[in-house]
Amino acid sequence: MKLRHLIWKELWQRPTPMLTSLLAVTLGVTALVAIQNITVFSERKIAGDMESLGANVLVLPPSVTLQDYYGADMHGHTMPEEYVTRLALARLPGVENLAPKLCVEADVDTIPVTLTGILPKSEFQAKASWQGLGMLGNAVGSDRGCCATAADTGQADNDPNSLATTRTIAELGDRDVILGRDLASQLGAKTGDTLPLLGEDFTVLTVLPSTGTIDDGRMFAHLHSVQDLSGAGPVVNVIEIMACCEDAAGGLITNLSAELPETRIVTIAQVVQTQVAVNGLMSRLSWVFLSILLLVGGASIASVMYANVTERRKEIGTLMAIGASRNFVTQMFLGKAAILGLAGGAAGFIVGTIVAAVLGPQLLGIHVRPMPMLLGVGMASATIVAVVASLLPARRAAGLDPCLVFNDA
Amino acid sequence: MYQLSSVTQTYERRGQIVTALDNADLTIPDNDFIAIVGPSGSGKTTLLSVLGGMLAPSTGDVMLDGQSLYDLSVEERTALRGQKIGFVFQSFNLISWLTARENVQIPLMLSGKTAKQQEERAMEMLDRVGLSDRTDHRPSEMSQGQQQRVALARTLANDPQIILADEPTGNLDSETRQQVMNYLNEFHQDGRTIVMVTHDADTAAFAHRTIRLVAGVTHEVSMARAA
Repeated sequence: MKLRHLIWKELWQRPTPMLTSLLAVTLGVTALVAIQNITVFSERKIAGDMESLGANVLVLPPSVTLQDYYGADMHGHTMPEEYVTRLALARLPGVENLAPKLCVEADVDTIPVTLTGILPKSEFQAKASWQGLGMLGNAVGSDRGCCATAADTGQADNDPNSLATTRTIAELGDRDVILGRDLASQLGAKTGDTLPLLGEDFTVLTVLPSTGTIDDGRMFAHLHSVQDLSGAGPVVNVIEIMACCEDAAGGLITNLSAELPETRIVTIAQVVQTQVAVNGLMSRLSWVFLSILLLVGGASIASVMYANVTERRKEIGTLMAIGASRNFVTQMFLGKAAILGLAGGAAGFIVGTIVAAVLGPQLLGIHVRPMPMLLGVGMASATIVAVVASLLPARRAAGLDPCLVFNDA
Repeated sequence: MYQLSSVTQTYERRGQIVTALDNADLTIPDNDFIAIVGPSGSGKTTLLSVLGGMLAPSTGDVMLDGQSLYDLSVEERTALRGQKIGFVFQSFNLISWLTARENVQIPLMLSGKTAKQQEERAMEMLDRVGLSDRTDHRPSEMSQGQQQRVALARTLANDPQIILADEPTGNLDSETRQQVMNYLNEFHQDGRTIVMVTHDADTAAFAHRTIRLVAGVTHEVSMARAA
């Protein structure tokens, strides 16, 4: 028999108060693990999304408050399409491509749809004035060799499905529409079908693959068709710019603001920063939750340990009478606290990881995997709290007078 | 051998000084069997605590085998207790959630014996007190007499030179009391020193000497024969 055997047997002798303390510690670590797990994988997804996004700068009407990158054209505010021409003519270094958009509400067989007008790249080439500037033999700006790291303008964007990832398309007819996956399902439409829209018949060019964004519920048509048929005139809601990554992070924004002072320039980095800031807040909150719950757990453990010392006075006195040192008695209580901390930390890691694995896909559309590092953090923090909380009770136990073992003591 | 010289132990209770031991002198040679009797509050338990190295007297000296007990540190006294002194308690003081064998193993564990040595010695001691068939029983599964025999086995585990017994038969019926006293007598015949506090004259009659404590003062009563 060893000390650990003694601790283990005693632990199971009085399981209820210990399980209560264990629960508090477990909850603290669960909160930490779940939130940290979701935060980390959310940040990774954002980083991945940022990499895959072609457009990394948005030009918006000045009054717009951007809530969602994918919904940047859903605010109802407009600006002249002429800004697109101005941007192209400015030949700003770093601009790889431009994608103006106009978003209107429409109906297809009484089903309300969000119709987004987009300008295919071929449209730029059709504009003689731009061609005259020699910009469009290649992608906008790429002939200037500005990019050490080119934004992904999509080698495959001759495929209409490239709209899902690169936000641009090479060709789009006046009466063609592209459907998001969810909307196609809702309308029961497939490639080649004809849909009545704004009083005209449109042919479904393709159905986009699922993106997990609001684009899945949208319908895309030629910008000028949307402008004409909706009566909006030559305006757009947003101009998405595919910019060189380095330039988008550097002087490009200043140049764009100078070129279009009437607009608001937002980089995707800013949008991402907002999300990252939210994630950072969540991360910090997880530490706050951990601290609060571990404090509660620590207080609970301290209370249970004090009660345990009182309950076991005679037992401790007997042990001391038959040769147990104060150090042994202290170790008996701190060992018990360490077991509680380790068990609470491990249980919290398992529960927290399960919670993150369940809630991650549901709340944020992210898939999380266990993070072994959090097992170490959870177990270490829970054990430290449990041991520290038990220091005073253990000291009290070790300070008991062994004379209390006698009959009339 | 114990040698108590002018030992006085006082407590303060509600602002009043209570004298538990009053200038007590006592010599307990090796292999003595001594009964300490006296009314409640006369200082019997205090004397036992002082002899056990658990209560430093207010004044006076307590020598054990030529060494001043209370010149040792708390940890040294604890270690000494584990090696030389065994205790028998009125309410047995077994640990309720351990089996008989595990209870006997505790002092062996505290003295650093290996698990194998602990088990072998515990089985030997339980066999000696006639409980080899109850080794895996918990105290609640045993009679009072059996529990006291487990406690005796635990007392003997480290082969102590001295046994301090506090009302060892106080919770037992007459038949079991006889059995327990026979064991204590056996331990004495093995060469151990027994110091026993008791209220019971029949139990005290097993001792060689009887010391009466009255208001903290020791009085030698008799030199009786062992039963």
